[in-house]
Amino acid sequence: MQCDDVVWGILSKRFCSYMLKTKTQTFCRNEYNLTGLCNRKSCPLANSQYATVREETGIIYLYIRTAERVYFPIRQWEKVKLSRNFVKALQQIDENLVFWPKYYRQKCRQRLLKITQYLTRMRKLKLRGQKKIIPLQKRNEVRTRRKEEKALIAARLDNAIEKQLLQRLKDGTYERIYNFPTEAFDVNVDEESEEESEFEEEPEEERGEEVETDEDVEAQLEREVVAEEQREMDSSDDDSDAEHEFVGDFEESDEDDIDLEDAANAVNNGEDANLDSDDGENDASNSRMMDDDEYDIENIANKSGVLDDSDDGDDEDEAPKLLRAKKKKAVAKVIKKRGKAKLEVEYEAEETLPKVKITS
Amino acid sequence: MKKSQDAGRDKRREKKRAEKLGIPLPDKGPKQVPHTLESLREKDVTMVEEDDEELYQEEATDAYASYFTKAYEPKVLLTCSDNPHKKTRSFILELCKMIPGSKPVWRKKTSVKSVVKQAAEHGYTDVLIVNEDRRVPNAMLVVHLPEGPTALFRISNPKICKEINRDYKDISFHRPEVILNNFKTRLGRFIARMLGALFHYDPEFKGRRVCTFHNQRDYIFFRHHRYAFKDTEKVRLHEVGPRFTLILQWLQEGAFEGDFEWKMKSEMRTSRRRFFL
Repeated sequence: MQCDDVVWGILSKRFCSYMLKTKTQTFCRNEYNLTGLCNRKSCPLANSQYATVREETGIIYLYIRTAERVYFPIRQWEKVKLSRNFVKALQQIDENLVFWPKYYRQKCRQRLLKITQYLTRMRKLKLRGQKKIIPLQKRNEVRTRRKEEKALIAARLDNAIEKQLLQRLKDGTYERIYNFPTEAFDVNVDEESEEESEFEEEPEEERGEEVETDEDVEAQLEREVVAEEQREMDSSDDDSDAEHEFVGDFEESDEDDIDLEDAANAVNNGEDANLDSDDGENDASNSRMMDDDEYDIENIANKSGVLDDSDDGDDEDEAPKLLRAKKKKAVAKVIKKRGKAKLEVEYEAEETLPKVKITS
Repeated sequence: MKKSQDAGRDKRREKKRAEKLGIPLPDKGPKQVPHTLESLREKDVTMVEEDDEELYQEEATDAYASYFTKAYEPKVLLTCSDNPHKKTRSFILELCKMIPGSKPVWRKKTSVKSVVKQAAEHGYTDVLIVNEDRRVPNAMLVVHLPEGPTALFRISNPKICKEINRDYKDISFHRPEVILNNFKTRLGRFIARMLGALFHYDPEFKGRRVCTFHNQRDYIFFRHHRYAFKDTEKVRLHEVGPRFTLILQWLQEGAFEGDFEWKMKSEMRTSRRRFFL
């Protein structure tokens, strides 16, 4: 006890190997220090009656030293294992340091609290699964980024997608929805008669085709996985596609057909002989076209109902364009059957046609 | 670069001269097809041919066989890592819109294993966990649920709708078509099926939506378009929805456990002409 002051005098004024001076504070690096600061009261070397709370591998102990034991450095620290229950541990501290100065009891309790807090936090973190931080190599990152850019250019995505979609169209996955005559503009005068006979066969074939569509879709899904960028279109494909030209229902929608008919007639005055025979089929084909257009418009109308009004620009532009394209097709088909290519005139006539009604 | 410029210039000069004098150009032989990495690609043992009986047999018994027999409808759970930032949140919401039958769930520090377990209990068929780094989605973990395979992809260049100047509301609720391009090897094919199985097997063609996964040199580019056929020769594509690139990191049997079927290692990238998908 007597030497405490002497020791403190030496350590504080001359040299202490555990002392750490910073601009604002002095710290004590001694592992048994109660507060961690370099004070007269907290210095474990300058106080023969001392107590601390320390944790070792998750277990918290109370270390006690008395004046008698200071002279036996090996035996000086008495270790008391504290309960894992916080309240009980507090009680243990109070029991063991019953007649000690309040300072030590206070500081020990505080230290116990802090230690338990950080231990629980450590456990929680472990359980939560810490995010694994993986160091990246900058070289590799830069390289992969560059390669990706080049791969993107090589991919020519739009082309690839368009090709795939067109291939699917030709393979007939969209059978019931689109109705493009695949050879619309390739038909010659000579083949006129062939086509006419084909058209008459249409209705029966069409029924048969419709049943298969779902399976086609399924098969398509299987095949899509191994899609290749280039596929040759065989002439046989074209022929089979030609069979898919629908004549369809023979219901006629009222005004529109008549107008088309008139327009068609107006152009092709010369061929009265053909007019009658072709009438029925033309009507049929026209009506089918009209039906399709209406069907498509319905969808577009539905779609625009779903979407916000503000950003419909693109869709709205698309929709009428589609229609116009289809109408042109319908009309063009009519002409072709007559063997005359008077496309320009037809378009002019077409613009005077009334708009297709949207059926509810 | 200069060499090709000179060559081009010479070519044009020759052509001009020939035109002027009316001389036919000398025939240099058949047009040479330039070499590309695709054409020079190292032949892989596992490259798949189209009509491979063995392949079809294997595929009939693998983890995705039941999807292709339409035994179930895919139900996808979309989560992200903890405390997502704005971009990741938007990314996930857009993915949800895009994938039919998907549901976004915000994860609060639950471990991946417990997420997978809970999803399986609730009857989900796939889990998609988007990982975030520096405020940007950077990885995607695709777990197929009833004990299916797991794949980790790195995401690069994620672009949400806003960044391509499109409105995410343009994404309609129709079920999209899926295009899986250019997956050549066995591994590639498996991955393709995995990605395709996230979407419903029955697309609504009238919606005219298409989601494309295009593999080029081991980078899987994802695009989402609406298309319109002008005629049989022309399609118009209107890009919509998120856009990102996937790079496969590893493929594991079992739902986030089990052996690694394939793992990307830096040693694998020794050759510039070697690709795995």
